[in-house]
Amino acid sequence: MKAVVTVIGKDCVGIIAAVSAECAKFGGNIVDISQSVMREYFAMIMLVDISELSVPFSAFADTMKKLGEDKGLEIHAMHEDIFNSMHRI
Amino acid sequence: MLNTTDILETIHMIREENLDIRTVTMGISLLDCVSEDIGRLETKIYDKIMKSAKDLVSVCRDLEAGYGIPIVNKRVSVTPVSLVGGAIGSDGYVRLAKTLQRAANELGINFIGGFGALVQKGMTVGAHNLIEAIPEALSTTSCVCSSVNVATTKAGINMDAVKRMGEIIKDTAYLTRDNESIGCAKLVVFANIPEDNPFMAGAMHGMGEPDTVINVGVSGPGVVAAAIQKKGMCDFGELADTIKKIAFKITRVGQLIAYEASHRLGTPYGIVDLSLAPTPAQGDSVAHILENMGLERCGTHGTTAALALLNDAVKKGGVMASSHVGGLSGAFIPVSEDAGMIEAVQCGSLSIEKLEAMTAVCSVGLDMIAVPGDTPASTISGIIADEIAIGVINNKTTAVRLIPAYGKTVGESVEFGGLLGTAPIMALNKNSSERFIARGGRIPAPIHSLRN
Repeated sequence: MKAVVTVIGKDCVGIIAAVSAECAKFGGNIVDISQSVMREYFAMIMLVDISELSVPFSAFADTMKKLGEDKGLEIHAMHEDIFNSMHRI
Repeated sequence: MLNTTDILETIHMIREENLDIRTVTMGISLLDCVSEDIGRLETKIYDKIMKSAKDLVSVCRDLEAGYGIPIVNKRVSVTPVSLVGGAIGSDGYVRLAKTLQRAANELGINFIGGFGALVQKGMTVGAHNLIEAIPEALSTTSCVCSSVNVATTKAGINMDAVKRMGEIIKDTAYLTRDNESIGCAKLVVFANIPEDNPFMAGAMHGMGEPDTVINVGVSGPGVVAAAIQKKGMCDFGELADTIKKIAFKITRVGQLIAYEASHRLGTPYGIVDLSLAPTPAQGDSVAHILENMGLERCGTHGTTAALALLNDAVKKGGVMASSHVGGLSGAFIPVSEDAGMIEAVQCGSLSIEKLEAMTAVCSVGLDMIAVPGDTPASTISGIIADEIAIGVINNKTTAVRLIPAYGKTVGESVEFGGLLGTAPIMALNKNSSERFIARGGRIPAPIHSLRN
């Protein structure tokens, strides 16, 4: 099971460090990572293996959201199936 | 890895364009609750709903958190209550409505539908008593919804029921006069009612359905409007293609949620309803989709054609995205629940006559329209008869949800708040329909109902 963690907002020092530290804390394994600029957004996207998470996924998603709020960024952790459903047949 | 553009597109749809799952609705059969003792009937209905739907809200919350998409409403629909209440009196039916309310409160759901009757060919004692109980039931409960099917293409139109429903709507408006006649927003009169519709106020659990079932209604007018805007000036073929592609994506999300919800609740998956359901929020309007196609204002000449294209393209795009499609599946045009429709009425561009024409090419019908409080019941019955005739002759679902706002007239509006929005009061034709409606009896089924 994998989740997509997206970080959207203005660039600043230590974003990747903060997000990956949070993933590691809950047992999320980062499988892939990329970043790009689209429209007015800076966007970083991580694919995280969540099969060994130490907390329920909803708690993990809440923590990520809160981390984003603290840093003035938008962070979403969403199950990858929503993207697969929408964009792949 | 997933394509970055695709990921950002999905997030943009949810965050900026109001893409959401409008409702996860659990259908529950009450046929095994039948009892001749009203107290026992109440207990059995309450217990059955509580047992079947106890995890509905928590599972939906988990799905919201997991997939990052809002599920706006969690609802329950039940077997038309007139079928399980049998010959209990109107008082008994009011008690059953309160039982449904009690279960809804306990479950934490937003609406419970199915306080209704199927009377297309005539009324049983139970159906009659339930219909008589509607005004009191809707004025003493808050999230119970009622629907009455007065016609089918096969059976024709029960004009006795149409006449009575005009009066029932007036009575409901009067009994909820202290609250903008809100009871009428929970009451809908149907032709060709679908048995698996997850949307309110018309949701019910049909006779051919399993014991319990999960039906999902998607939403996303904002996403469609944005896609059309982005596409710019193109011909109608390309316009239809653009809508189809975006409808496909929206529906895939509905399919995912329907599949997961049914799996986690251990309940069979019924259908995904492809309807584009607007909300009063800015950027979530069906009228704005039509305006983005090139109409200066919704309601002007060309509106019916634009809506026909939209409705058809949404179905074509959605149908391949889901394993089972059903319910109403089309664009909704509820006036009070759509910011663009409200503006169009307020500026005089959209009349009730144009809305009636629009209902011939989209799903449902004259929806959430406020009319003057002093409108005679026979005029309301006349409006119902017109709308129902469109459904019966065209072999489609149509419905009427009118609010004759007590004590108010044209130029004023009613404010419901929330998803129900604001309804400017619309002018009606002043000439009487009284003698026509007074005839009673049935309008025969059309010739094309004889298809065997």
